Amino acid sequence: MRKVFDQELEKLGTDLVKMCGLAENAIENMNEAFKDQNKTLAKEVIENDRLINDMERTIESRAFNLTLRQQPIASDLRNITTALKVVTDLERIGDQAAEICELLLYMDGEHATYRTVEHIPTMAKKTRIMVHEAIDAFIKQDLTAAKMVVKMDDEVDALFNEVKMEIVEIMKQSNEDIDTCISFLMIAKYLEKIGDHAVNTCEWLEFRETGAVNNKRII
Amino acid sequence: MENKVSIYDKQNRMSDNILAFLVQFCSVLAVGILVIIIGYIVIRGVPAFKFSYLVSVKSTLKKTFGILPNIINTIYLIVITLLISCPISIGGAIYLNEYATNQRFVKIISFTTEILAGIPSIIYGLFGMLFFGEFLGLGYSILTGALTLAIMILPIMSSNTQVALNAVPPSYREAALGIGATKWYMIRTVLLPSAMPGILTGVILSMGRIVAESAALLFTAGSVATLPTNWLTHIFSSGGSLTIQLYLEMEKANYDYAFVIALVLIVIVLILNYLAKWITRKFDVNKVD
Amino acid sequence: MSNKIETTNLDLYYGEKHALKGVNLNIVEHAITAFIGPSGCGKSTYLKTLNRMNDYVDGVKITGQILLDGEDIYDSKVDTTVLRKKVGMVFQQPNPFPMSIYDNIAYGPRIHGIKNKKKLDEIVETSLKNAALFDEVADRLHTSALGLSGGQQQRLCIARCLAVEPDVILLDEPTSALDPISTLKIEELLMELKDRYTISIVTHNMQQASRIADYTAFFLVGEMVEYGETKELFSFPKDKRTEDYITGRFG
Repeated sequence: MRKVFDQELEKLGTDLVKMCGLAENAIENMNEAFKDQNKTLAKEVIENDRLINDMERTIESRAFNLTLRQQPIASDLRNITTALKVVTDLERIGDQAAEICELLLYMDGEHATYRTVEHIPTMAKKTRIMVHEAIDAFIKQDLTAAKMVVKMDDEVDALFNEVKMEIVEIMKQSNEDIDTCISFLMIAKYLEKIGDHAVNTCEWLEFRETGAVNNKRII
Repeated sequence: MENKVSIYDKQNRMSDNILAFLVQFCSVLAVGILVIIIGYIVIRGVPAFKFSYLVSVKSTLKKTFGILPNIINTIYLIVITLLISCPISIGGAIYLNEYATNQRFVKIISFTTEILAGIPSIIYGLFGMLFFGEFLGLGYSILTGALTLAIMILPIMSSNTQVALNAVPPSYREAALGIGATKWYMIRTVLLPSAMPGILTGVILSMGRIVAESAALLFTAGSVATLPTNWLTHIFSSGGSLTIQLYLEMEKANYDYAFVIALVLIVIVLILNYLAKWITRKFDVNKVD
Repeated sequence: MSNKIETTNLDLYYGEKHALKGVNLNIVEHAITAFIGPSGCGKSTYLKTLNRMNDYVDGVKITGQILLDGEDIYDSKVDTTVLRKKVGMVFQQPNPFPMSIYDNIAYGPRIHGIKNKKKLDEIVETSLKNAALFDEVADRLHTSALGLSGGQQQRLCIARCLAVEPDVILLDEPTSALDPISTLKIEELLMELKDRYTISIVTHNMQQASRIADYTAFFLVGEMVEYGETKELFSFPKDKRTEDYITGRFG
């Protein structure tokens, strides 16, 4: 029964998984580019952000059309609305990664700041894990894994505060390039936002499975 | 798609044509026979017809002809027969259709009615003569005739009423009962008004049967053709109907008179049929103005 | 929020057929309760037990209890005329009587002994107004009700039902024979009426149940599988069978 509808839902799911892959890729490449000062890779991430944006539109269009024509209810409704909501977060993750790469393009790797702000690489690593875990949990419908991601976000938030203080210290103590300092602050902020979007992804997973977000029923 | 078929490839199918012809032929035949019969009766009857026949009595002494007593007797027969059979058949039909829960019983009754409807009328006449005439001592009388005819048309009227009741949508019953009507209230206010055209049509067609009947009357109502002396006691005296008179005239080879009566009968039957149609339309509560 | 009707362990047999199996269900006062389920699941049968319209079916046997305001409607002392005055019914096919609009509405009150012309006039007018039909028929109250459109006929049937001032209105797929606009009008009407009446509706149209019902019960082969707030039942059904049915993956 409802073969066509099920096929359409399947396509929606496949696209969603594809988009997850794209977002995860963006984060990983951004990490590499950051670590190795690889400007070609950074450019690639910026380029690929278009793909993520396109995929967001495709999924939205599928979801709207399914809603319009099939009037989904119960689990179907949650699947489709979740897709609609989660693409926004995935798209933001892609955007943030691209923004970071954008900044990397105008930075000089020889600068001392790279060595001083030691917490940024840790933040990058952590958010990368968060995004990976969140997407993994989302695809595998693993609520326990999702909870772990939410916990990790606290660490990322704490790291961001430390980075912020570090940068303030650096700016006070030396005559380092203020531009670079601000860029680093922005990178840290972007990473922190990426963590937030990973958390959102987990929340939409919870919604899809239970109809609740943070244990509060919204449908 | 290979072998595309064009919609223009019309074929003439022989079997279709033959069947179409046969069907048309049969319908023309049916109408034709009716036209011939009526036409013949009109041709033979009209020249012999005199209006005075309708208002005078036949007299062998005065050598005059008249069918007024027969007309009156026929009316008597119609009225009394209907008075007897209507309540019984309509009541029975209502019972069978709306109240009887034992489906086996209902089936037996309808089977019996079907058989009754198929019995030749002369047998009714025989039964009427022996049972009403002799056993009940009513003799040759209009009442005996009417009772016999009543039994004869009972199955027709009752099955007709049942058909009419069945044709009332079940949703009417549901609606009335669902709002708290008792069964009888529902029957009285919704069912009967709605079935009335059908029931009345049945009544009128039965009148046709009564007018047309002769065999069952010969030995029951008899053949006397005198004017009633007392309107009430007339029902206990013998009275020949139009059909009986027709039979008597034929027997005496008075074909002109026979055709006059036939003409009168045909006119009555046509009027009754038209009346049936008119009543069906007039009293149809289901139509929308 | 109190229960208008309480059903306990209701079993119903049509001859050999076990048409309702141990139904336990409460119908909340001043709310719309919808019964959904595939054809032959018993939802209409259940609805009809509530005003004893099943009494007319041959070989029907009922066990269990249905309380209306705490009174057992299958008690031998029950007068079905009074029961049906309290629990009115509207059917699938609009079924106005072949009478004038006025006489249709006055039919019920007349059964229950109202003869006064002025009183009847008043009842006819308010009933038609409550059924959102008065403006459309005010100038032809004495013409045949069969001349109305399907949607108008169904609202007339609702008005006829309202005319006896029932507590409960049962509707058996009331819009399945109507066009979408007439359907929406009836739905709108039912939502207005629920403040004053307790409404139960059988529907094949799940969107209809989700649009108008406060509570929904899902029936399957004579069993009441799941009952709950409509919002809950349609967003998060507890029973797998309910989920399969409402998402169209049944069977």
